[in-house]
Amino acid sequence: MTTTTADRRLSGPPRPGTSRPPELLRLVALARGDEKHDPSVPSTLDVLWVLYDAVLAVSPDRVADPDRDRFLLSKGHAPAAFYAVLATKGFVPESWLRDGLGATGSRLGHHPDRVLVPGVEIGSGSLGHGLPLAVGTALGLRAQRRDARVVVLVGDAELDEGSNAEAIAVAGRLGLDRLTCVVIDNDSASHGWPGGIGSRFAVEGWEQREVDGHDHRALRDALSGSGSGRPRVVVARTVAKNPSVATARQEAMA
Amino acid sequence: MRNRFYDTVTDLLDTHPRLTVVLADIGVERLREQAMVGVAGGLALTGMRPVVHTYAPFLVERAYEQVKLDLGHQDVGALLVSTGASHDAAEEGRTHQAPADVALMAALPGWTVHAPGHPAELEDVVRRAAATDDRVYVRMSTRSNATARSADGRVQLVRGGTGPLVLAVGPALDDVLAACAGLPVRVAWTATPHPLDAAGLRAAAGDEQRVAVVEPYLAGTSAAAVAEAFADRPVRAVHVGVRRDVEVRRYGTPADHDAVHGLDPTGIRRRVATLLR
Repeated sequence: MTTTTADRRLSGPPRPGTSRPPELLRLVALARGDEKHDPSVPSTLDVLWVLYDAVLAVSPDRVADPDRDRFLLSKGHAPAAFYAVLATKGFVPESWLRDGLGATGSRLGHHPDRVLVPGVEIGSGSLGHGLPLAVGTALGLRAQRRDARVVVLVGDAELDEGSNAEAIAVAGRLGLDRLTCVVIDNDSASHGWPGGIGSRFAVEGWEQREVDGHDHRALRDALSGSGSGRPRVVVARTVAKNPSVATARQEAMA
Repeated sequence: MRNRFYDTVTDLLDTHPRLTVVLADIGVERLREQAMVGVAGGLALTGMRPVVHTYAPFLVERAYEQVKLDLGHQDVGALLVSTGASHDAAEEGRTHQAPADVALMAALPGWTVHAPGHPAELEDVVRRAAATDDRVYVRMSTRSNATARSADGRVQLVRGGTGPLVLAVGPALDDVLAACAGLPVRVAWTATPHPLDAAGLRAAAGDEQRVAVVEPYLAGTSAAAVAEAFADRPVRAVHVGVRRDVEVRRYGTPADHDAVHGLDPTGIRRRVATLLR
């Protein structure tokens, strides 16, 4: 897999299936107080926007509705894009973004806290927690015969954490078909994933999709619907975090 | 105690629709401890009441970050019930022993820790905890006292009189009573080491300035709580528990290990007697 296509996509004109509203981009810029993780903001923005704009059945007046769809940001390291999407959709006021992320008294930290931010389903930041929490959430909803979907977003490097392997196996074996895991693949896993990320899920019984992580139409199609009797993984390809390292790793694996 | 736990939970499952046992019910098995606690957090986020059960070292130590983040940080509760207290599994060796469990759980905000000393007490604390959404850790032991007491969270005076106060926690009571036979001391007991009932401890101690705590897990686990309870006056405190300074590399029986740690009646008596000099 090369990264040049995705590179061009981020820097070039929007593709036909892609439209980031000006309001969203303005709020992303406003939220960028988190210098440390700034490069990862563009990798998640399109997925987050498509989820909240076109996929998830959730809105500011439904944050306590037991039948709402849940989005769990496991990779809590790029919250500016997440906060901007939440603000664009009215979950949090724009003034919270203006306060600066991580400032004293701010509700918006460098890693999101569900207790502090309406619409945030889990507090995250330490990698490898979102997927097991999502499995439990999907199980709890199933036990209550609720039809809500659970979408959890992880990074490809996050899959280095062994807790994910436990959760992938459990979810597959239990046939949690209301669960979707989005893997943002910016080729930053320490040792790569020979055979592809999706295959790690597929071998445990998941349905796998792979899409351009910036093509809104393709994302919407991949993220919509379920009912296959299996959980679904959507690998969203994006620009490599460190292209030269990624290339060297791929050559070593070849 | 373990069989009583299984019976109690089986009974509760019939009457508490929100109760979910993360072990038998959903097949997470005895392994995958990180996912087990993470799944419990997810269940609780949907309003279920998870009960998580496995061996103490795998529940508390292996999955400690999950306990911290997937339950506490998410602001949800669960009932964690461990088996294999301290060196109950003496023959299994260090891998199956977690004497620091009470200290670790007490280091996280919002947890209540029960160490029942009798199967009836175990049933009582499990039934009460199952009916709440609190974060509760119950430490089961194969050891128990001859008679059940009221595991209501309070420190209760068991043997009055004068002299130093000896506080026994959970299943340590019978050994403490045997150890203190004929000694001029008072004996109190609790099944709830955290949060420690400071008012009850002060009431039991009266004006006394000498206190011994016999806790059948990491020695000194309750030291901060005891110091806090007596912050307004000088108190000499002796803490008898599982030794911190050595890993006991031997097998044998729990009683053998008690002797090594000074948690048998002879050892307890020796330590309590230091307060009488």
